[in-house]
Amino acid sequence: MRLRSRHLLGIDGMSAAEIELILDTAESLAEIGRREIKKVPTLRGKTVVNFFVEPSTRTRSSFELAEKRLSADALNFSPAMSSFSKGETLRDTVRNLESMSPDFIVIRHTQAGAPHFLSRHCDCSIINAGDGSHEHPTQALLDAFTIRRHKGRFRSLRVAIVGDILNSRVARSNVFLLTCLGAEVTLCGPPTLLPKGLEGLDCRVTHRIDEALEGADVVMALRIQVERMRSGAFPSLREYAALYGISRERLRRAAPDAIVMHPGPMNRGVEITGDVADGERSVILEQVTNGIAVRMAVLYLLAGEVPREAAA
Amino acid sequence: MSTRSVSILDAASIDRTLVRIAHEILESSGVAARLGLVGIRTRGLPLALRLGRKIAAIAGAEPPCGALDINLYRDDLSSIADHPILRKTDIPFEVDGARIVLVDDVLYTGRTIRAALDGLVDLGRPARIELAVLVDRGHRELPIRADYVGKNLPTAREERVEVRLQEVDGRDEVLLVGAPGSERRGPGGGE
Repeated sequence: MRLRSRHLLGIDGMSAAEIELILDTAESLAEIGRREIKKVPTLRGKTVVNFFVEPSTRTRSSFELAEKRLSADALNFSPAMSSFSKGETLRDTVRNLESMSPDFIVIRHTQAGAPHFLSRHCDCSIINAGDGSHEHPTQALLDAFTIRRHKGRFRSLRVAIVGDILNSRVARSNVFLLTCLGAEVTLCGPPTLLPKGLEGLDCRVTHRIDEALEGADVVMALRIQVERMRSGAFPSLREYAALYGISRERLRRAAPDAIVMHPGPMNRGVEITGDVADGERSVILEQVTNGIAVRMAVLYLLAGEVPREAAA
Repeated sequence: MSTRSVSILDAASIDRTLVRIAHEILESSGVAARLGLVGIRTRGLPLALRLGRKIAAIAGAEPPCGALDINLYRDDLSSIADHPILRKTDIPFEVDGARIVLVDDVLYTGRTIRAALDGLVDLGRPARIELAVLVDRGHRELPIRADYVGKNLPTAREERVEVRLQEVDGRDEVLLVGAPGSERRGPGGGE
């Protein structure tokens, strides 16, 4: 059993078996994070370029720790320190990065499809760390890992994803992954933040929060970006909080043992209330811990010497 | 010109061998540290668990038993196409200061044991590490030897030693499978 591609560009197109292989591998690697010496020599001599065109602290630090725990050499490359801001094209920047012969490029980009573009022009493995509002596969994988640890299954599990679905790559990747593994996903948000064309996806869509939360085993709140409010998607943060914020009161509709998730960074008092975020059902900090093991698993599985292009 | 396979150990002799190794482990003098067994996945683990029960039957107390996956420590990771499936490393006792007996099914090049030693010392500083194997088939590529050997079995490199265990394969036996077409001597080729 192995991954069919030597890149991780998105969850769309992956099989349930591939997803489970990543989750099982992450389960084995999680133990390293609990050791006194949190390092194994597995990827010694491999070079990873963390190419983050869009700002990110959490995802980048998580990748960096994953790389370091596997003994890979990590190089951080961000627009502030690159010629990217001086008008160099993505292709030229990447060709320059490639001349340093990395084994992996982890890319975060504002444009959907940027990692796919790279994968066509590079010899190394490309890992998508978030491209525009398209996909964020490692976030979906760490969410699934966290869900599996708490619920032990996906089949018929009721998952409510609440918030800015329109602009959320986290929501997209999660829908692909969770439905692939047999969960029942409900997407919920203000009508202005629910994209058209969701009918093609195998999930329920509603703008009524109480309907979405009814009997949910997993409640996932998404970050509301203030910029969206300025664009007129909803009148005020206060109104959003009142209508869609996950509060203790609202959670009563969910299953008694429901867990609450958030990909971070949180706006306390907007998409989630402080007491829920810190409450006993919240697994938000576990998600951060699990992110490292899941990213280690992805690096480990993609690092095999697959014959070039044969498997892509 | 078919592949020949010769039975080396059957279920009863595997059991007798483990009883003998259990006695040897208990009789071995040296450090008075706590004993812990560590089985190398996949087939070292059930062997370690069986050894633990044999030791308990003789000495009364069952030593703690852990599992070690050595894949993260292999020296050939950069040259194999598909990274092996990773299983859990789980050592439920304090490694620092313990007398650890590593358990594996077959000792061959010694590279697995080298990886296991690296893996173990990453988890702590044992007082002593010993090695128990069911079959030693020779052809070492590293300066490694076993402290407890079930059976010494001279082999050719083209041959394969197949260990099957109840817990993994549904039955207990050790086979020597010859290279296609090669003529093998019968059983009893051990030293």
